[in-house]
Amino acid sequence: MKNLGQLKADYIVQNLNAFCPGCGNGIILNCFVRAVDDLGWNVNDILCVSGIGCSSWIPSPHFRGDTLHTTHGRALAFATGAKVFNPSLKTVVFTGDGDGAGIGGNHLIHAARRNIGLTCILVNNFNYAMTGGQIAPTTLHDSKTSTSPYGNPEQPFDIAKLVAAAGATYVAKWTTNHVLELTRSIKEAMQNPGFSFIEVLSQCPTQQRNILGVRAPPQELPSRLLDMLAESTYINDGEEKRSYIYTVLAGEPTSALKAVEKALGDSGKAQLVDHLTLGRVARVEATDIEAAKARLGIPEVKRITDSREGKQEIGVFVRKQRLEYTEALREVGRRARGEQ
Amino acid sequence: MLKPGKHLVLGNIACAEGALRAGCRLFAGYPITPANEITEYMSNELPKANGSFLQMEDEIASIAACIGGSWAGAKAMTATSGPGFSLMQENLSYAHMTETPLVVVDVQRSGPSTGQSTDASQQDFYQARYGAHGDYEIIALSPWSAQEMFDLTIRAFNLAEQYRTPVYFLADGMIGHIREELAVPENIDVINRKAPSGPSVTPFGTDDPSLVPEMPKFGQGYRLQVTGSSHRPNGVRDSSPKVHGDIIRRIMKKIAQAEPKIRDVAKLNLDDAKIGVISFGASARPSYGAVKKTREEGIKAGLLRLKTLWPLPEEEFTKLANQVDAILVVEMNAGKLVREVQRVACGETKIASLTRLGGVTPTQGDIAQEIRRLAQ
Repeated sequence: MKNLGQLKADYIVQNLNAFCPGCGNGIILNCFVRAVDDLGWNVNDILCVSGIGCSSWIPSPHFRGDTLHTTHGRALAFATGAKVFNPSLKTVVFTGDGDGAGIGGNHLIHAARRNIGLTCILVNNFNYAMTGGQIAPTTLHDSKTSTSPYGNPEQPFDIAKLVAAAGATYVAKWTTNHVLELTRSIKEAMQNPGFSFIEVLSQCPTQQRNILGVRAPPQELPSRLLDMLAESTYINDGEEKRSYIYTVLAGEPTSALKAVEKALGDSGKAQLVDHLTLGRVARVEATDIEAAKARLGIPEVKRITDSREGKQEIGVFVRKQRLEYTEALREVGRRARGEQ
Repeated sequence: MLKPGKHLVLGNIACAEGALRAGCRLFAGYPITPANEITEYMSNELPKANGSFLQMEDEIASIAACIGGSWAGAKAMTATSGPGFSLMQENLSYAHMTETPLVVVDVQRSGPSTGQSTDASQQDFYQARYGAHGDYEIIALSPWSAQEMFDLTIRAFNLAEQYRTPVYFLADGMIGHIREELAVPENIDVINRKAPSGPSVTPFGTDDPSLVPEMPKFGQGYRLQVTGSSHRPNGVRDSSPKVHGDIIRRIMKKIAQAEPKIRDVAKLNLDDAKIGVISFGASARPSYGAVKKTREEGIKAGLLRLKTLWPLPEEEFTKLANQVDAILVVEMNAGKLVREVQRVACGETKIASLTRLGGVTPTQGDIAQEIRRLAQ
């Protein structure tokens, strides 16, 4: 396997100075070029199309192949024209949650419906990050953003499920904490003849510290957020672990944790973790969960949740085959020319 | 495709035929009256010609697919009417910034909004020119017959390819739906975009006096960076004042400096005219009738018919203003072209306006009446 320096020399045009420190986009670019390298494909055959927003800068101006950096939300429609006219272009669309599921949501469902042979990687950071952290269609209910100072009144989309329902033939969802799985999925997606969709939950130290309420010194924030993404997701085909619970804490977390540890005694171990929907909570691991729960009736514990509450399911959701759009167009052409 | 020779066809079909003849091999569109016959005809003919017909989810996607297709090497076109044209404006701004050749047919109908959705107008005269954001110059053509729906569509493609720019084909519901004789020639002149001449290319800069850079396509190994953000000649994003100024000045100048070559006007009975009528498209037809009628009455009237609306043929307005006693501008909107004529020729001669709303052309009688009034 190539090291980062070799990958950079082979696939990257210039330094990634466009992104904030700790951004997840560099991880996703890394996974993408690693997938391309593993496939052994010629970069000259790869076209990367993107729209507007931080995610759109993943390929443009970084990727050393053809790149088309388009308008807000419309990347899939631009890519459709290029792919249809030259189906041999291996076309990958990079988009974000606002770009792809907000302003471009209509193009997303129609690309999936047509099953056009594009791979779409949608980076979901739960907000419009480039413009200052406004409500996106993925922002969690009650999140405080720059346009929901009293909490988000809206409910978020489950984008992967939406695209699956619209007819995509490969659908997966990972986080920037799942780099091996993500790289494997990108390879699988790029080899799928039809429309492939990968949602990637990503960390955004610049905006998420506010909208997800993760308070930490800047140098610690990226790893805290990455840990949070792992903590807040579960793999759909993974074994369910029932040996831990979360306690939602009252008051200052560090002192509340001490109270939890004291109450648990030898019956379990507790540590503070960040959770996407529960916030800063104590994760309690115990061999006898019921016995541990019985000890936690203390004022510092507001509520006890099971290991799955408020988590997002990740993994590969759809792998199927149906007629790809450019192939269907070729069929129409043969019919029009009386070739069959 | 129609065989060479004479045919009786709908204006919109003549337009689609012209596009196919000019080499259009990608059409992306969305249903809208009165442009549907173009879209339907392309769906019938493009697959036969190994081309791609796409019905997209909306007009935004339609123009986006044309731009993406153009960079993949296609001669691309979409056809729409006022409301769809409005939806396309953001991506058209992108097409100007990235110097993407394509043709947008706007079979104009009567607005604002849904207005008289199936009736003709010339209300997008300014939408074509100033509809999108930012600074740019455009080329817009205006046909007055089924024959010109064919001829000028071919020219629209040739201009798009020659100057690497979107070209606007401003037809209207009347000319789109007129059924007239079309003479399809054996051969037509087709211009293709300048392909890269060497192993490297600067797709957004050139030393050529035409100011039109070479245009590579995706998949050739040039590793193109195409972006709507301000960019250097090699395509790399750069928002510095100099880089932005350089590219905007060049994309504007490449059209503006070619105006005399792009310009196409028809001068009918104009040589000795003392009353000059200026019109275009559907309203030029009764205007010509009124010129001939008033000539029979002894009034020296003539018609300047604009086949290119943009870049504006300002020199023709000035020449006409210096020759005649009065100019009458006839158009099917609340008065748009007349503002341009006033701006260019104000103070040189008397300028009058005859406008017609309601989805119909002004009548020959109304125009003749106005010519008589101006001749007194």
